[in-house]
Amino acid sequence: MTATASLQRVSAPPPDLSTWERLKSNRDWLGFWFMLPTAAILILFLAYPLGKGVWMSLTDVKIGRAGQFIGLENYHELIVYDKTFRNSTLFTIAYTAVASAFKFAIGLYLALLLNNNMRFKSFVRSIILIPFIVPTVLSAIAFWWIFDSQFSIISWSLKKAGLLSENINFLGDPFMAQATVIFCNIWRGIPFVAITLLAGLQTVSPSLYEAATLDGATRWQIFRHITYPLLTPIIAVVMTFSVLFTFTDFQLIWAMTRGGPVNATHLMATYSYQKGILGGQLGEGAAIATAMVPFLLAAIMVSWFGLQQRKWQQGAKE
Amino acid sequence: MASVEIRDVRKAFGNVQIIKGVDIQIDDGEFVILVGPSGCGKSTLLRMIAGLENITAGDISIGGRVVNHVPPKERDIAMVFQNYALYPHMTVKDNMAFSLKLRNAPQAEIDERVNKAAAILGLGSLLERFPRQLSGGQRQRVAMGRAIVRDPQVFLFDEPLSNLDAKLRVQMRSEIKELHQRLKTTTIYVTHDQIEAMTMADKIVVMHDGIVEQIGAPLELYDNPANTFVAGFIGSPSMNFLKGKVQGGQFVANGGYSLALPALKASIEGKDITYGMRPEHIRLDPNGIEAKVIVVEPTGSETQVALHIGSGANEQEVIAVFRDRMTARPGEVIRISPAPGLPLVFDTASGQRIY
Ligand SMILES: Nc1ncnc2c1ncn2[C@@H]1O[C@H](COP(=O)(O)OP(=O)(O)O)[C@@H](O)[C@H]1O
Ligand SMILES: [Mg+2]
Repeated sequence: MTATASLQRVSAPPPDLSTWERLKSNRDWLGFWFMLPTAAILILFLAYPLGKGVWMSLTDVKIGRAGQFIGLENYHELIVYDKTFRNSTLFTIAYTAVASAFKFAIGLYLALLLNNNMRFKSFVRSIILIPFIVPTVLSAIAFWWIFDSQFSIISWSLKKAGLLSENINFLGDPFMAQATVIFCNIWRGIPFVAITLLAGLQTVSPSLYEAATLDGATRWQIFRHITYPLLTPIIAVVMTFSVLFTFTDFQLIWAMTRGGPVNATHLMATYSYQKGILGGQLGEGAAIATAMVPFLLAAIMVSWFGLQQRKWQQGAKE
Repeated sequence: MASVEIRDVRKAFGNVQIIKGVDIQIDDGEFVILVGPSGCGKSTLLRMIAGLENITAGDISIGGRVVNHVPPKERDIAMVFQNYALYPHMTVKDNMAFSLKLRNAPQAEIDERVNKAAAILGLGSLLERFPRQLSGGQRQRVAMGRAIVRDPQVFLFDEPLSNLDAKLRVQMRSEIKELHQRLKTTTIYVTHDQIEAMTMADKIVVMHDGIVEQIGAPLELYDNPANTFVAGFIGSPSMNFLKGKVQGGQFVANGGYSLALPALKASIEGKDITYGMRPEHIRLDPNGIEAKVIVVEPTGSETQVALHIGSGANEQEVIAVFRDRMTARPGEVIRISPAPGLPLVFDTASGQRIY
């Protein structure tokens, strides 16, 4: 306190200094100068491409040809005439909702399990981290083999066990393919949720559990009334990130199905790439990508309000 | 309310024996303090009573019922933790009401009990606050409120005052004592601070290294410690111990001087003994032994003086407390002697008290 106070007193400009001298020592201006490099990088690599993308989505630009401004034509086209766009949007929402729900439930369960004293705890913890460490494309290729229509090890073992006479067409049937890619996304996303929630659980003082035990709470009541409420701020952060990552997923789908069969597993991101880069319709591709923004903003808004400090986290007021 | 009985209780973590056979009998309504240096196993013993640690061997019974295998919530005890363990996401009121809500008590009863406890502890205006919005002393009170609301058979306290500043500690000390006199609930209180033990307890249990050294009323332990550990632990400043031999019915210190012994029942001629002398039992005496003044610390009501007695390798520091104002300066030599009849005599080899 005293240090800041005296700093401000020192920085109060004596009248004989030039404007420039004063600007150099003004706190607000200093803040601005220090922010400038970061702001420049953000503008160059985030704001500019985003703005450019939005602009392109309003033109009919194609590869090798400059575009004309056509207003919302691209969007109109996509929404009214492009069935694949509508389906990929719906599938992206379903993909995100189902995968996030499972990642949350299983991740929380694993975190609770690991927070107990159990044998081989650190060993199990490193096992759980594996899906997170393996590069996505590598694990997607492995899954591709596991779910191959001819050589699938699952089909093979079920047939050997006599439970099945035909191969399962994991990635050939639209609905099966959708379920399969969702499964793979869950598999890959669990470690992040589990490990982060575990870190959150470890900040809860064990004496709270002991106090609750003495107060007569069962294990379920302890979870319901102590653990879960104390974990909500971290759950909000983790799930926001999880939803954002899942909604914008690209690698997994592209490596496993390229959006097939019959476009059933296209996410907005993969469809945008397919249409814009491979199909050369840069304008339409940009429009698909831009269409993701409202959804992402909505997710961020939800977590923003969810994340607002709960009353009990605030310090002494009054 | 209930009595608590601890019979030959032992606790080992892995191969390490922490509690090595403890027997304590606590009567209904008694305020008992477990005191001892850090790491001697006080908290472990308390947690065994609470049911938070299991018992390796021996029996603990509460109200005549052996509770070794009774889960904590059925033991009908309430515990106040050192860090208070308040639920951060609940208001003061909800913290106190939590156990009653879990029991599905009717709302009217919950309100009545919480309000009564809040009134006793002066928490009435804080009921809607969250723990973060409270000072240390207020949190401490909420933790006690949470215990009181339960109206348990036994209160357990684990160093409840050690996170408070000195002044607040003194205040809470008398508040807790007052609370006990009002509620008359059997209380087991753990502390490493012997002053807390002396001022609050009906009965003190002095623990050391997993065993009970002595059990008794505060002044009993002060006047009649069973061994050098208790003698040195109880009382502040600590008792001075002088090593030497009994020769010709007198104590001859290794430092070369000799002091009178109290009238002994049996002869201990020639034995190695430790002569225990409380700082407040030392007086100025023109015929006493020589002592060099090292430090003088007046507190107003009394003067604490660090002295060196003896010579050469056996020179030793002794603390004396004088009620009268002292004018001695460091470096000066004064003459002192123990107040007659009060010094204690211990067997040097075993540490046990002889007289
Ligand atoms: N869960 C545990 N595992 C292993 N050792 C423990 C455990 N809890 C306590 N101890 C050991 O038991 C001894 C007594 O601890 P404690 O009862 O907390 O002492 P106090 O409360 O008297 O300071 C210490 O040496 C401590 O390291
Ligand atoms: Mg302790």
